[in-house]
Amino acid sequence: MTSDITRASAAELADRLSRKEISAVEATQAHLDRIDAVDGSVRAFLHVDARGALATARDIDQRRMAGEDLHVLAGVPIAVKDIATTKGMPTTAGSRILEGWIPPYDATVVARLKAAGMPILGKTNMDEFAMGSSTEHSAFGPSHNPWDLERIPGGSGGGSSAAVASYQAPLAIGTDTGGSIRQPAAVTGTVGTKPTYGGVSRYGLIALASSLDQAGPVTRTVLDAALLHSVIGGYDPMDSTSINAPVPPVLEAARRADVKGMRIGVVKELGGEGYQQGVRARFEESVQLLVDAGAEVVEVSCPSFEYALAAYYLILPSEASSNLAKFDAMRYGLRVLPEGVDDPSAEQVMAASRDAGFGDEVKRRIILGTYALSSGYYDAYYGSAQKVRTLISRDFAAAFDQVDVLVSPTTPTTAFKIGEKVDNPLAMYLNDIATIPANLAGIPGMSLPSGLADEDGLPTGIQILAPATKDERLYGVGAALEAALNRRWGGPLLAKAPELLTNTTGLSTHATGLSTTALSTTALSTTANGREVRS
Amino acid sequence: MSAISRDDVAHLAMLARIDLSDAELDKMSGELAIILESVARVSEVATDDVPPTSHPLPLTNVTRPDVVRPSLTAEEALAAAPASEQQRFSVPRILDED
Repeated sequence: MTSDITRASAAELADRLSRKEISAVEATQAHLDRIDAVDGSVRAFLHVDARGALATARDIDQRRMAGEDLHVLAGVPIAVKDIATTKGMPTTAGSRILEGWIPPYDATVVARLKAAGMPILGKTNMDEFAMGSSTEHSAFGPSHNPWDLERIPGGSGGGSSAAVASYQAPLAIGTDTGGSIRQPAAVTGTVGTKPTYGGVSRYGLIALASSLDQAGPVTRTVLDAALLHSVIGGYDPMDSTSINAPVPPVLEAARRADVKGMRIGVVKELGGEGYQQGVRARFEESVQLLVDAGAEVVEVSCPSFEYALAAYYLILPSEASSNLAKFDAMRYGLRVLPEGVDDPSAEQVMAASRDAGFGDEVKRRIILGTYALSSGYYDAYYGSAQKVRTLISRDFAAAFDQVDVLVSPTTPTTAFKIGEKVDNPLAMYLNDIATIPANLAGIPGMSLPSGLADEDGLPTGIQILAPATKDERLYGVGAALEAALNRRWGGPLLAKAPELLTNTTGLSTHATGLSTTALSTTALSTTANGREVRS
Repeated sequence: MSAISRDDVAHLAMLARIDLSDAELDKMSGELAIILESVARVSEVATDDVPPTSHPLPLTNVTRPDVVRPSLTAEEALAAAPASEQQRFSVPRILDED
């Protein structure tokens, strides 16, 4: 029964809740039990709020019994990336500098989840301030991929993808600045959606790069993504870049799941050399399924994409260096006094606190951004990057003149091993090479599972991109492809994932014979480090 | 575009108010040189006839109605402060002693 609940999609849970087959308390408790059983080894959560989640669930159950008309997702639990402020619940953005911070307000996304009556299970791990593709830059240690605990679950939102892939939550919130929803989805066999820039409010999301950041759904199915998108999307006067228009008809599109007569473009520049054989093979099969389902597929060229990664790693650090200036040890967050200085000045305290509170990758990007924006270098670096941004938007505009959506592999490779790339920033940056162009142009994108690579048996992802504000096209194509793939596989891809060993003593261990070598004892022995579980 | 030196990184760290250690300066100046060499390619295609894009949406001067709405109390705003007194943030000295 409990395992039925945690394996169910959000849509199925919503259905069973509305028919009173299960209660919201049962649905929430089942997921809290699953967290207890497996998160010692997956480490998706930085904070679990059992008491708060159960209180919301009880309230929903009472209101349902009283006959109140509830939101369709009322009582369906959710996990929230630790980048969104949650009133009364710790919010760290994966950084020491915010360790122990309790925000006094809710992000709009969180307020909308609460208004819909969705119990919030807790906060998920992430690379510090969302800078990374593996969660290895989290100050509180990495999360682990449920398909192979020695591998990364993607990043920055690897806690959210790992939580959903390991059935600890049916839904999660992610944020995507250069691929932080889509890349984790690809490497964990889940569905990740980045709406059009401005489609979901950024109010209360700790900003990384304000012109690129976008929150979105992390789910196991396309329909669940549409349901969650409908809850969190829409105009918010508290975000000056919020789009003042209705949420695109994503639910209708997901239910219709139809690609007949659609024109689909394969992006020539996102594939081929540098992409793992199994990633390419599964992508080509998915494209063929779309053809079989009635779509017309053509190749399109986006020549400026070659420069997207370079532009991104100038624009993002520039904006981040400005956004992260607010962590100055004066009003909230860590304050550290410099050693050996009597009566230090505010500036000395700032510099000591920021050195102690920020990790290496954050420091690297702040310094890079400070350089790119400094006088004498601004035109050559930041100015040129902004021009590349124009060229990329033009490439998309030209492509969408010919086709309705674009497709590519989501990532060049399957999940790599923890530790493999953490000391090589440029190698880490390449993980986002196919996802970054969408952020630069502000268009929506979705990653869904395309299969398992033959060479390593790990999940691969296909990315769908649509013109700005045409998010519904992602859902129509995504749902059609998902249905075709599930028919071929005889069920969802995640059903092929190895069972995680569950443990009732709180220490979970790795399950099956996937490279048993070293589920490093470090992963087990550091369980309590930086991780807070409240009940 | 010139390469980035260890002194450059020390100066940038000062501007960014990060008190990097000597070891951090050594490591980071090498890493930043490699990253900068890689990202400098943007200038290959950034010709004079291409206008810059700062933002994906064409928006200017977005405002909302200037109406009073509930805000944080002083206690809520100060609750996470490293130090506070008399309903104010308490900060280290901001002026030099001499």
